[in-house]
Amino acid sequence: MVGEIKVGSVVKQFFQQDGSEVTALSGVELTIHAGEFVSFIGPSGCGKSTLLRLIAGLDAPTEGQIYIDGAAITSPSYERGLVFQNPMLFPWLDIYHNVSFGLKARGVYTEQKEEVDAFIRLVGLEDFYHSYPHQLSGGMAQRASLARALVNHPKVLLLDEPLGALDAFTRMNMQDELLRIWQERQTTMIMVTHDVDEAIYLSDRVVVMTPRPAKIETCIQVELPRPRARSNTDFLRLRSKILEILNFAGKTYEPDYYL
Amino acid sequence: MKSIAESIGNEQTHIQAVEKIKNAGRICHVFLPAISALLAIAVELFIHDSGRHAATKHPYFLYVLAIAVICFGIAAAGSFFCKRLQVWLAESSLFFAVVFLVLNVSNVITKKITLLPVIFFPSLDKILSVLFEDWLFLLTCLGSSGKLLFTGFVCGALVGFITGVAVGFCRSAAYWINPLVRILGPIPATAWIPIVLVSFPTTFSASTFLIALAVWFPTAVMTSSGILNVQNAYFEVSSTLGAGRFYQIFKVGIPAAMPHVFLGLFNGMCASFLTLMTAEMLGVKNGIGWYINWQKDMMAYANVYAGLILIAVTFYMLITLLFRVRDHVLVWQKGVIKW
Repeated sequence: MVGEIKVGSVVKQFFQQDGSEVTALSGVELTIHAGEFVSFIGPSGCGKSTLLRLIAGLDAPTEGQIYIDGAAITSPSYERGLVFQNPMLFPWLDIYHNVSFGLKARGVYTEQKEEVDAFIRLVGLEDFYHSYPHQLSGGMAQRASLARALVNHPKVLLLDEPLGALDAFTRMNMQDELLRIWQERQTTMIMVTHDVDEAIYLSDRVVVMTPRPAKIETCIQVELPRPRARSNTDFLRLRSKILEILNFAGKTYEPDYYL
Repeated sequence: MKSIAESIGNEQTHIQAVEKIKNAGRICHVFLPAISALLAIAVELFIHDSGRHAATKHPYFLYVLAIAVICFGIAAAGSFFCKRLQVWLAESSLFFAVVFLVLNVSNVITKKITLLPVIFFPSLDKILSVLFEDWLFLLTCLGSSGKLLFTGFVCGALVGFITGVAVGFCRSAAYWINPLVRILGPIPATAWIPIVLVSFPTTFSASTFLIALAVWFPTAVMTSSGILNVQNAYFEVSSTLGAGRFYQIFKVGIPAAMPHVFLGLFNGMCASFLTLMTAEMLGVKNGIGWYINWQKDMMAYANVYAGLILIAVTFYMLITLLFRVRDHVLVWQKGVIKW
């Protein structure tokens, strides 16, 4: 199996307009195994999206190096598919042409035409081949954008808060959909989220990050059997553990009186 | 004291009466254009012409009105059977009624009481007679203008588009071309006439160049700004999908910039009309602009008006055509400028 990501002591600094330096990541070390589902979680500004962009190859690290299956990442590639929070479908193409974009860009469309139909069916959009993105609902657009990334058979799928803009019900449906796709395709999945429940529900491992200095606080292995129940005691215990690390657990009050 | 039944009955007759009035109103409404045109015919027939009005070969205005009465009469009658006609008339009958009313008033002013000097404000009959009797010559003028406009517009739009794409995507092209665009662009193309007319071998090539220049500037500016305004995320997504540099330019940058490009083409088209007319009035020896200028010098103002009407109709159709093309190319977009 392929799709192992190795992040080797990566530092990323940005220069602001006034010349001052901001450290987005300070010495991140991490190995993501092939076929693993990993979530990055943390408050905004902790550099989790920056790390994802580095893995995608859209930005270069200031220090250190990231490797995929042993080869250094220097530029974006179809091997690392990327899905944003905003679906970013090309508004001038209909759904079919959005999904087939990657195959055409790589010049393999004629050989792999059937893939387009297969992935549109996989995300359940077969009735919307010729719809334009503005005619789709948020959840449908996000599914189309998943299909667009998957059609290239990426080794790694990078998900930058992919479900962040969806309503609660669509979101839970999409989580199951993501799991189904992951189990079917065995792709390595790396997801950025700020939803603790989502991270536990989906991932093999939750990477908790903290801001200033932006680094990995801890990695939590989720060893619950799938399919997972959101109200399971172990689930809830993991949830409060992560919230505690993130300092969001809140204080526990003694009740004023007992009945 | 009235019983309840009685008052309900009263209520019903009242509602029926209101319905009747509404129906009558609707019938009147669909016949409004025909009625207005009939009124104009009555005025034309029963009020005597002023002595200062020179009669035309045929009463053209009367012919036009008669055709209008017949067409709108049939349309109004048909609206009781055809749903589409009914919708169209409900929308536009008032507009056409007012159009005929305005024509009627202008006919009274220019022909019946000659309130304005007849030489500068000829009657509708006069203008129509030019259109009906001189149409072949007008069409040749329009044809030579069209040839000039088409060549100039296509050259200017092509070069402008290429300039815009180069400036939008290539840093060094932007470095050298941007100052040129900024300095030369705002100069009205017509200001170049003294230089251009002496430096080109023929007036046709000179005018083509001027029109192309007028179209080039807005097209280039809007294309490059359209490309520079494309969200970077589209390029990022396409690069993670395996698109190379050229594929990104042609399949992401340019399609995303198309709304801006059409805005530039629209501005360019308006500028090209202006330049065409000025060029023809100043240097070129044929075309509809030249015709208007020539007839003005001959004090034949009816011909001037006929030329203006022809220009209005032609330019309206050209801009409509441009917007049709845009609607076709930009089906994916939800409305921008409405035409």
